[in-house]
Order: sequence, then structure tokens, then C-alpha cells
Amino acid sequence: MKPKVAFFDFTSCEGCQLQKLNCEDELVDILSAVEVVNFREATSVRRDDYDIAFVEGSISTPSCVERIKKIRENAKVLVALGACATTGGLNMLKNFQPLDKVREYVYGDKAGYFDTLPVRPVDQVVKVDYKVHGCPMDKQDYMNVLKALLTGQEPRLLKYPVCVECKMKENACRYDFGEICLGPITRAGCGARCPSVNHICFGCRGLLDDPKMDAANDVLAAHGLTAQDVLRKYRLFYGYSEVSQ
Amino acid sequence: MTTAKNLDINVHHVTRVEGHGNIVVNVKNGKLEKCELNIVEAPRFFEAFLRGRNWKESHLITSRICGICSPGHQLASLKATEDAMNIKVSEQTVLLRKVMVGGSFLQSHILHVYFLVSPDLIGAPSVIPLISSHPDVVKRALRLKKLSNDICDVVGGRAVHPISMVPGGFTKIPSAEDLKALRKRLADAVSDVLATVDLVASLAGKLPAFTRDTEYISLGGVDGEFPLYDGKICSSDCGLTSDKNYRKMTNERVVPHSTAKHTAVSRSSFAVGALARCNNNFDKLNATGKGAAKALGYKPKNCNPYFNNVCQVIEVGHVVQDMIELIDKLLANGLKDEPVPQIKPRAGTGVGACEVPRGILYHEYTYDENGTVVDANCVIPTGQNCANIDDDMKKFVPEMLGAGKSKDEITFALEMLVRAYDPCISCSVHLLDVQFV
Repeated sequence: MKPKVAFFDFTSCEGCQLQKLNCEDELVDILSAVEVVNFREATSVRRDDYDIAFVEGSISTPSCVERIKKIRENAKVLVALGACATTGGLNMLKNFQPLDKVREYVYGDKAGYFDTLPVRPVDQVVKVDYKVHGCPMDKQDYMNVLKALLTGQEPRLLKYPVCVECKMKENACRYDFGEICLGPITRAGCGARCPSVNHICFGCRGLLDDPKMDAANDVLAAHGLTAQDVLRKYRLFYGYSEVSQ
Repeated sequence: MTTAKNLDINVHHVTRVEGHGNIVVNVKNGKLEKCELNIVEAPRFFEAFLRGRNWKESHLITSRICGICSPGHQLASLKATEDAMNIKVSEQTVLLRKVMVGGSFLQSHILHVYFLVSPDLIGAPSVIPLISSHPDVVKRALRLKKLSNDICDVVGGRAVHPISMVPGGFTKIPSAEDLKALRKRLADAVSDVLATVDLVASLAGKLPAFTRDTEYISLGGVDGEFPLYDGKICSSDCGLTSDKNYRKMTNERVVPHSTAKHTAVSRSSFAVGALARCNNNFDKLNATGKGAAKALGYKPKNCNPYFNNVCQVIEVGHVVQDMIELIDKLLANGLKDEPVPQIKPRAGTGVGACEVPRGILYHEYTYDENGTVVDANCVIPTGQNCANIDDDMKKFVPEMLGAGKSKDEITFALEMLVRAYDPCISCSVHLLDVQFV
């Protein structure tokens, strides 16, 4: 019997939903290997008897909390897709301002119409079995996890930094251009996509399990960068670690 | 059993649209008591958390408003930042950005027409059963989609949340070889475009024959060009005005049933998107676009909102020819390895307007002298269309009840109506309404 899979989205840009559809070469094969029983963005079929739930987005409202708990109850395996789901992503920036002020700034005196909570990654609310990092998630990374799950293997996360992939591509180091790059402490798996087009790494794939922070900070200091610059940059995608400490 | 007297429709989370919306219709004793699209997407507060961020990050942050429209959000954002800091970009940068626009329109329209709309017209719940019943159609859709993604990968470094577009230019210029390869694939894709036109022409008869005149707003006023990247604001009611007047041309307001704000200009609502663009700028379409329009039976001005899908196919034809011509121009000029200029930030306010697949998009930022965001405002196409969708439903529901349609038929027609606008709901809830002081 084909495994039944479902796709759900929470607070996010739905770019990771799009990345799944962007696997054009594999899409037909994937869809013939699984049965899609719930994918609001792509089909009117909606059932709750899924084996694997793929979840995109952060948890940011009371109704998100209820929905993700139900999904966890129904799913045998839950996979968080993309930075919003795995680390809270950019949505975490909201948490650094008072919630009332944030609501008022956007909705004015009508702020009371809409509920919001501090943003959380999915694993702060329910157990997450596997994660596919990145903003957006990398197609190949997603395919690797999907293939592993469908063939009964354990998906693996890379344990080395983006710098490794960047060096293998023989890119010039962004620090040599006086820029702040988070490649030294960010989990690899994207093929150093941003430095490969002469752009710094923003750390969208999250911190390594064992990042060499002191060494990274020494590098920053050696290039005359202030802690303020660095913190601001870290917070773009690393807000979750700051909050959880 | 539905009668013309009582009807209760509550579609919780409309499927095959981007984001979360509910349709609520309530008719009591023949009187329409409620008829609205509720936008229930979780609010995201982008404008609030942009404040305090650095000017080099504005486009990277606002890109995350929407994955599908990310190239367009980046362009509106870059234009706003460049306006605020008086940064001029080269002709090559403009040409490359226009190729990005073409690639992202192709991507979004193909996804919408083939994956989200065609199942309604063919009578399937999704594109998945079409893999076995209509394999050639699905393969063609995937070919066109892959081409559009490859275009944005080559030019922007990535299709979803591009990397290399920055204030002032590109961090990496594509090679002539890569552009030549794309040009060949675009030329080869013309037959797929024509087949798409034929497919939609064969299904267009199934679109509901509903019309409602409204105000159509898009970019306009560019000589000899169907304006997508730049131009003035063009209203079918009020004519042309500068993009600096975008607040007057949107008038956003918060309504309780929608985390996306509603808008109105000269009427209770207005429409943006492919139909508005074709209605306002039909003469500027190129030969492929006009040929598609003829085959699809579209003539301006058309007031059937379901024809937004038809106009998306017209634009697919237009952008494919347009990208071929843009690449020819880039190659004829000779690609230059232009480094991104060194920019010293300065205080100021800037506006950026561009067309994205779902309609006209505005970003506005105010920066302090260090280039830190002080205020931000983004007005999203789907937010602009919400009031228009409500008004369409308020006219269409009584018409269908009068014609004796069943609840199922009415529900289906309303879901199709919402889908026709190709609403990008996660986009639309990133709100603003900033009081600039």
C-alpha cells in the first residue's frame, strides 16, 4: 500500500509549498509513489488518515496551536519543512517587539480583531520527528528526506557548516570583502547557494548542533565588526536560539 | 434542499488557493444577509518587524511575505529603497530585472492555470488524477514551470526568494552562454504556449457567464510597453497618476472578517490583476499576447472576473516573447560585469510600485540617516481585490438563486470565483496602515 501523506501550512510565505511543486523532474514519480490525502493548496481532497505529515510555517495564533496538535495526533511521522517550521524563521523578528505594539502598528485601533501569540517553531509545541531546514527549504534536501522516509531509512542532517560547501565550490570568502557571513556556524545542505552568487550567508538553515561560536566571533572582530552589527544579523534567522536561552 | 428563500454556505479554507480563506454566504427569507470572503490567514506583521532593520535587508525580509511572488516583492522593495536613497541602476540591471519579472509571471500563471484552475474545468479534485488521465497536459505544464524556474535561477540565483538582486544591481551577472541557452528554450516553448492557449480556449466555455463592471487598476502610461516593472498608476475610472499617490489609489481599511485589509478608490471596490492589466493596456501587448487574446475570445473591456484566468494565459504568451526580446537586447549590448555600486545610506522615504502576477504591488519605506528602517508599508494585490470579490459575490449569489441554482452549484461557482482572482492570501495579511508622522 502506498504511504498516505499530507501537507499542512501555518504562518509562512508558502514558499516551501512551492519548492515541493518545483521538483518538476521528480513530481510525477513522487505522486505515483504516495497517496496525497490532504494538501489544501493543491487539491480539494481532505482526509485525516495520513502516515506522514509535512508541516510548513510557524505557530503564531491560538488556532495554529489547536491545528498542529490534531495533526500530531493523526500523523505517525511529522516532518517540519523550512525555516519557519524548524526555527521560527523570519517570523521570530516579531517576538523582539511588544506584541501589542506590533498589532497596533499594523492594524491600528482595530488591533483587537486579530489574535496573535509569540511565534514558535513547530517543535516548541509538538514533537517533530525530522526537519528540512532553509528559507526556502532546498529542493534536494527535501528530496533526500522524502526518499529516505519512503524507503524506510533514517533521514540524516549534515553536521558541518556551509563554509565546507563554499570552499568546495572555490568561492571567494565574503569576509575578504568586509562582509558579515554566517557560513562558519550555519548547518550545510544548501550547496552554499548564497555565497556562490557573491552574497553572504544569512544563516537560514539554523545553527550547527555544535557551532564554534568563539572562533566565528574572533573572525568577526578581526574584521572590525561591532557586536551590534553581528547581533542584528544573527537575529534575522537565529532569533529562536536567543529566545530559548 | 435549498430554496431561493434560505441558503447557508460556509466553505472553511477554500482549497487550491494560496493561503487560508473562508467563504460565508447567508440568505434568510430571500434576503442576502451575509456574503463575504473571510481571510483567516495568521497575521504576520512584516511592516512592524521591518522597523530597525538595515536597508540592505529590506528586500530580503519582504521577499518572505510570499514565496510565489518573492521576485516581485523584491523588485518593489528594491525600487522603494533606491527611490529613498536616490540610487540609479544601469540599463543592464533594468533588462535583467525585467527578465525576472517575465520568469516569475510565467511561473505563477502556469502554476495557477494548470494546477489550481484546470481541475475545476476538467472536473477533477486536483492535478494529481490528471497525471494518468491527461499526461501530456501535465508534462507540458511541468516543462513550462521548470523553464520559468530555471530563468529565475540563472538570473536571480534562486526562483523562490532570489539572492543576487540587491539595491543598485546584481551581485552576479548571468553568463552569455546561460542566457543563450534560456533563449533557445524560450523559443522552443512557444509551441507549449500555443498548446496552453488551445487548452484554455477549449475550456473557456465552462467559465460562468457573470459580469460586473468595476474600476480596474494597474500600471500604465509607458510608451510602447505593456508595463509590468515600472510605470504610473492607471485607473480605468481616474486615468494616470504617479506611484507616489498610491495611498490615495488604495485607501486601505481594516474590516473584522479579514486579516487582509480592504481597499476602495472611486467605487466601493476595484480590481487588480491580469484582467485589469489587459483591460487597461491591451494595445501594448506584443503579437504573441494579442494572438492568444484572439484565440481565447478576449476583447477589452471585459467585465467577467472569471476571465482573469484567460488573461493570465494571454500574459503567458506576452512574457515568453518579451523575455526572448529582452535576452536578445542584453546579448546585443554585450553583458558587462557590473559590480554593485558602493552606496552611502541617507535618510529619506521612497515608493516602489510594480506588477506582480496577482496585480499591482506597492512598497514604501522611510529610512533614517544610517539606513535603518523607521517606517514601512506594503499594499498587496490580494488585499486590494478582497472588497471586489465580496462585491462580485453580492451580485452573483442573488442572480444564481434567481436562476434556481442548487447550493452545490452556487458553492462551486463561488469557490471558482475566489480561485479566479488567484488570491495570494499569505501575501495579503502582511499589512500596514502605517501612520507616517
